Amino acid sequence: MVTVLFYTLAAITLATTVLCLTRNNPVHAVLYLVQALFALALLYFMLGAPLLAAWQVILYAGAIMVLFLFVIMLFEPPVADKRTSGRLTHWFFPVMLGGLLLACGGALIAMDPAAKASLSSYWLTPRDYGRALFERYALAVEIISLILLFAAVGAFHLGRRYRSTTKEDVS
Amino acid sequence: MNDVLLTIILIVIKLGLVLGTVLSLAAYMVLAERKVLARMQMRHGPNRVGPFGLLQPLADLIKLLCKEDLIPERADRWVFMLAPAISVGTALLAFAVIPFGAPLQIFGRTIELVICDLNIGLLYLFALSSLAVYGVALGGWASQSKFALLGGLRAMAQMISYELALGLAIVPVVMASKSFSLTAIVASQQSLPNALRHPLAFLIFVIAIMAESKRTPFDMPEAENELVAGYHTEYSGMRFGMFFVGEYVNLIVLGSMLTVLFLGGWHGPFLPSVGWFLIKILAVAFFFIWVRGTVPRLRYDQLMAFGWKILVPLGLLNILVTAVWLLWRG
Repeated sequence: MVTVLFYTLAAITLATTVLCLTRNNPVHAVLYLVQALFALALLYFMLGAPLLAAWQVILYAGAIMVLFLFVIMLFEPPVADKRTSGRLTHWFFPVMLGGLLLACGGALIAMDPAAKASLSSYWLTPRDYGRALFERYALAVEIISLILLFAAVGAFHLGRRYRSTTKEDVS
Repeated sequence: MNDVLLTIILIVIKLGLVLGTVLSLAAYMVLAERKVLARMQMRHGPNRVGPFGLLQPLADLIKLLCKEDLIPERADRWVFMLAPAISVGTALLAFAVIPFGAPLQIFGRTIELVICDLNIGLLYLFALSSLAVYGVALGGWASQSKFALLGGLRAMAQMISYELALGLAIVPVVMASKSFSLTAIVASQQSLPNALRHPLAFLIFVIAIMAESKRTPFDMPEAENELVAGYHTEYSGMRFGMFFVGEYVNLIVLGSMLTVLFLGGWHGPFLPSVGWFLIKILAVAFFFIWVRGTVPRLRYDQLMAFGWKILVPLGLLNILVTAVWLLWRG
C-alpha cells in the first residue's frame, strides 16, 4: 500500500512538472507547479518529516508561488484561449491529477491519522530538525542568512524612489 | 479490527458534528452580523422571515441556489469554477486540528474532542491560511474583469504581508508552550491564558487576523466604492454564496485560532468545556462585527505601511524579548 502510494505520488510530481513546463498560459503553469509541490509535501510526510512537509506548503506553495502569481497577474492580462477551452486536455489532466492527489492525501491520512511516519527509517521531530539546523549546520545557516540579508538590502536599494531627481523634473 | 472500526466511526461522528455546527454557525453569523450592524446604525435589520428574522439564512440560501449561475464569456472557465471551492475548502479543512473540548470519558474510553491531533497542528493551520490566498487570487484573475483583477491583486498583497505578522505573533506562544500541537498549547494555558502572558503578541495577532479575513478596517480588496465588489464581482448564485460562506467560516476559524492560542481554549470554570469554547468564539465574532460597525476603512498604502513598518518589527522584537525572558528564567 505504501509502495503504491509512493510511486503514485512520484508519478504525479513528474506529470505535473512536465505539464507546468509545457503550458502556454503562465497561470495554468503556476497551478501545475503548486500541484507538484503538494505531491512533494505528501512525499516528505510519508518519509517521516511532517515539519518539512508543512514548510514546503507554507513557504513554496503559500508564499513563493503566490508571489509568482502576483507578478504574472500584474504583467500578463488574462487571455482566454478560445481554441483550447473546450478540448479534452484542457480539463482532463487537472481533474485527473488533482483527484489523484486528493485521493493519495486522503489515503495517507486514513492510514496514519496520528501523523507517525508510514515509510520511516527515522522519525524527524521539530526538535531534531531545529537541533540539526542550529547546531550541526549553524555555520551554513548563518552564511545563507547573511547572503539573504545582502539580497534584501540590494533589493531595497534598487527599489528606492529617488525623490530629489523627480522633483527637479517636475520643476 | 473492532477497535479500528470504532475509531473510524468516532472520527466520522466527530466530523459530522463539527461540520454541521460550523456551517450552521456560519449561516447564523451572517444573520448576527446584519442584526448587530443594523442595531448600531439605529435600524432593525432583517425581521420578516420567521420570528426575529431567524429563518433569514434559509431564505438567503434558497435565493442563492435558485439564481442563474453566470460565467463571463471570456473567463477561464475551470479556474473560475475552482476558485470558490478553494476558498471554502481551505476554511473548512482547518477544523481538523482545532481542539474544541476537554477529553471525554465514555464507557471507559477516552475520547479526545479534536478530529486529528497533529503534532504540527499549528503549522497545518498556518499552511491552510496561506493557501486561502489562491481562492481569492484565482477568482480575481479568471473572471476577466478589471475590478476583479485589482481586487484579487490587493487581496494577495494584503494577505501575504499580514501572514508574516501572524506567523511572528504565534512564535512566542510556541516558544513558551514548547509544542506545535494545539492540544498541548491549550493544556499549557490551564492557569493563565496566553493573552495575559503575551499581550503584545495577542494584539498583533488580533490585528493580523482581521486583515487576513479581509474585514472592515482592512477590507480594501472589496472596497465597494472603488472596486464594485473586488474579486467576486463577476460571481453570481451559489458560487458567490461559496465565497460568502467561506468568508464567515474563515471568521469562525480565526476566532477559534484566537481562542486556542491566546484565550485559553476550552478552559474555564463551571460550564462544560465545549460551552466555554463556543462562548469564546462567539465573543470574538461579536468583537469583529463591532469593529466593522465602528472603524472606517484604511487607505491602501496605510495598510501596507502599517503591516510592514509597524507590525513586523514589533513582532520580531517581541520574539527577541520572549526568548531573553525564557532563557533568563531558565
